[in-house]
Amino acid sequence: MTQDKPANTAAHPISPQVVKDLYERMVRIRLFETEAGKLMEAGKLPGFLHLYVGQEAVAAGVMAALRDDDQITSTHRGHGHAVAKGVGFKEMYAELYGRVTGACLGRGGSMHINDVTLGMLGANGIVGAGIPIAVGAAFAARYKSEDGVAVTFFGDGATNIGSFHEAANMAAVLRLPVLFICENNGYAEFTPQSKHMLLTDVADRAAAYGMPSVIVDGMDAVAVHRAATEAVARARAGEGPMFIEAKTYRYYDHQGVKGLRHPYRSQEEVDTWKARDPIDLLRDRALADGTATGAELDDIERRTRDEIAEAIAHAEASPLPDTADLLLNVYSG
Amino acid sequence: MTTITEAPAPAPDGTARTLTYVKAFNEGLGQVMREDDSVFVAGEDVAGYGGVFRMFEGLLEEFGPRRMVDTPISEAALVGLGVGAAARGLRPVVDLMFMDFIGVCLDQIVNQAAKMKYMFGGAVSVPLTITTASGAGLGAAAQHSQSLEAWLAHVPGLKVVMPCDAYTAKGLTVSAIRDDNPVVVMLNKVLLGSKSEVPEQIYGIPLGQAHTARQGSDVTVVALGRMVGEALTAAAELAAEGVEIEVIDPRTVQPLDTETVIASVRRTNRVLVVHEAVTFGGLGAEIAAQIQDAAFDYLDAPVLRIGAPFSPVPFSPVLEKAYVPDAARIAQGCRRLLERS
Repeated sequence: MTQDKPANTAAHPISPQVVKDLYERMVRIRLFETEAGKLMEAGKLPGFLHLYVGQEAVAAGVMAALRDDDQITSTHRGHGHAVAKGVGFKEMYAELYGRVTGACLGRGGSMHINDVTLGMLGANGIVGAGIPIAVGAAFAARYKSEDGVAVTFFGDGATNIGSFHEAANMAAVLRLPVLFICENNGYAEFTPQSKHMLLTDVADRAAAYGMPSVIVDGMDAVAVHRAATEAVARARAGEGPMFIEAKTYRYYDHQGVKGLRHPYRSQEEVDTWKARDPIDLLRDRALADGTATGAELDDIERRTRDEIAEAIAHAEASPLPDTADLLLNVYSG
Repeated sequence: MTTITEAPAPAPDGTARTLTYVKAFNEGLGQVMREDDSVFVAGEDVAGYGGVFRMFEGLLEEFGPRRMVDTPISEAALVGLGVGAAARGLRPVVDLMFMDFIGVCLDQIVNQAAKMKYMFGGAVSVPLTITTASGAGLGAAAQHSQSLEAWLAHVPGLKVVMPCDAYTAKGLTVSAIRDDNPVVVMLNKVLLGSKSEVPEQIYGIPLGQAHTARQGSDVTVVALGRMVGEALTAAAELAAEGVEIEVIDPRTVQPLDTETVIASVRRTNRVLVVHEAVTFGGLGAEIAAQIQDAAFDYLDAPVLRIGAPFSPVPFSPVLEKAYVPDAARIAQGCRRLLERS
């Protein structure tokens, strides 16, 4: 494995402002998802729900290293990326409710939430499919002589699909500004990593494409942020793609919020990961080193809760799509 | 901005310019690239080698490696690159070489390119053009000879065009690239060297508008791609027997101009649909269904479909010739339709 630099080495101190930013992004994701889970449980949301809870440090850490004009492609578990990139709660909840005010006008649902004005090129219902699309977005940036980068998020399971390998090789050979962010949560749906690949570190796969890689603690937003910042700078400077494996964990199951037919992971394993909760870790650190006060962090949480309550009320009050518009946006022009 | 030239104007001095199908495609592509810097070409061997069918010859020299991009043999990543670049405002032309290779990148075409605008609530357009060579007749066997238009025409969000000669190869390609939707341009391998009159200026042919290639009063023949030429040959043969065939070339199979077909059927009362693809589940089935919906009372005979038998494309030339519909089978079909009264 080409592990360029250990990402946890604090080359530069993280400013209090960035710490609060990371905290806020994580809290926004956590609370958005927790409320979405409750709404699903209450039978208010149609369709599927793949919750991002537990993995917040990855989306927050990476997104805090990006600009608005940097592009991302996401996955079926895409709410966290959308929230961290700045997509509004109102558009997101309204979409989960299937309302016409939603991010996709009620046409896409959870797995297609997007905001192209913020560089969020969509969640994606097909595992691995967003990866080559990010390569295309990076291609477009370079074609237009812009210094934007594209970031693609995917899980450990997605690195077993062809489009990952094709896109990684293509990004490398075309030397495009793409960040490959593998959120290794240890499971491809319900299948543990040990049963879907023989590698311990997914990052090893990057070497096959001549791409540098780094492994980070995916529960540590600061570590993720440091690694992402370095990779973004490198890509922006024209030095090509980079692979970051963030080892993280999914608190909910693959889909939904209800119990499972088969226990596929032990309570002990779940508890061990939850003991290193990314939000708690950052909070403890910020309070310990004085980068934030408890009041400041509580205030972030309070403001977020208010915003969520307002967004849910907005979604519930929003009109449903008109069935006369079934063919809307099938074609352009 | 689209210049429409419905048919090449005959040169008064009899020195009309003809081009081969592949050169006409190449000329149209080059002209759109000159007109619009957001157009680029990516694919396997499109740049340095000029395309295995010489489709892209000379373009690297003129436009350079920024706009002519050789890629690894990675069709999923290639089409995905096109989708991402299109979503970011470029007009990519990605080449799949052989249409049969579509199987390895179908997700990017069907689930990504085709649906992105719809799924995103209209927030983005995907002006992606996919060029690919289709059709049997060169002894290329089962994995290099298919006509898979029915697969793609079935997918909401995609457009599919099937040029039948050099004139349409240029005009439909220009329109495909200018269109704001993903469009698959099915070039026909057998026709690549065929010549017809092609205007020198840039022109687009409207997508979704059929062309009546020959007027006639006795039988309507709806022919796709290379079958247009076969139908015209059959029409000449039948004219000698006093039978006048109307030949309709839909040019675009998605969107499909059924109005032109139905108007013709209302006059001729007999109709045959012919394509190279296997008959089962082919465009012929769709066209027949739409005709019976809209013009059942005008029909003097059931709609006849002619296509390939339900088998992979065979290799041995004797089998391949028997497999692909031709003028003789079309003429025979017309005669059968006329036997019924």
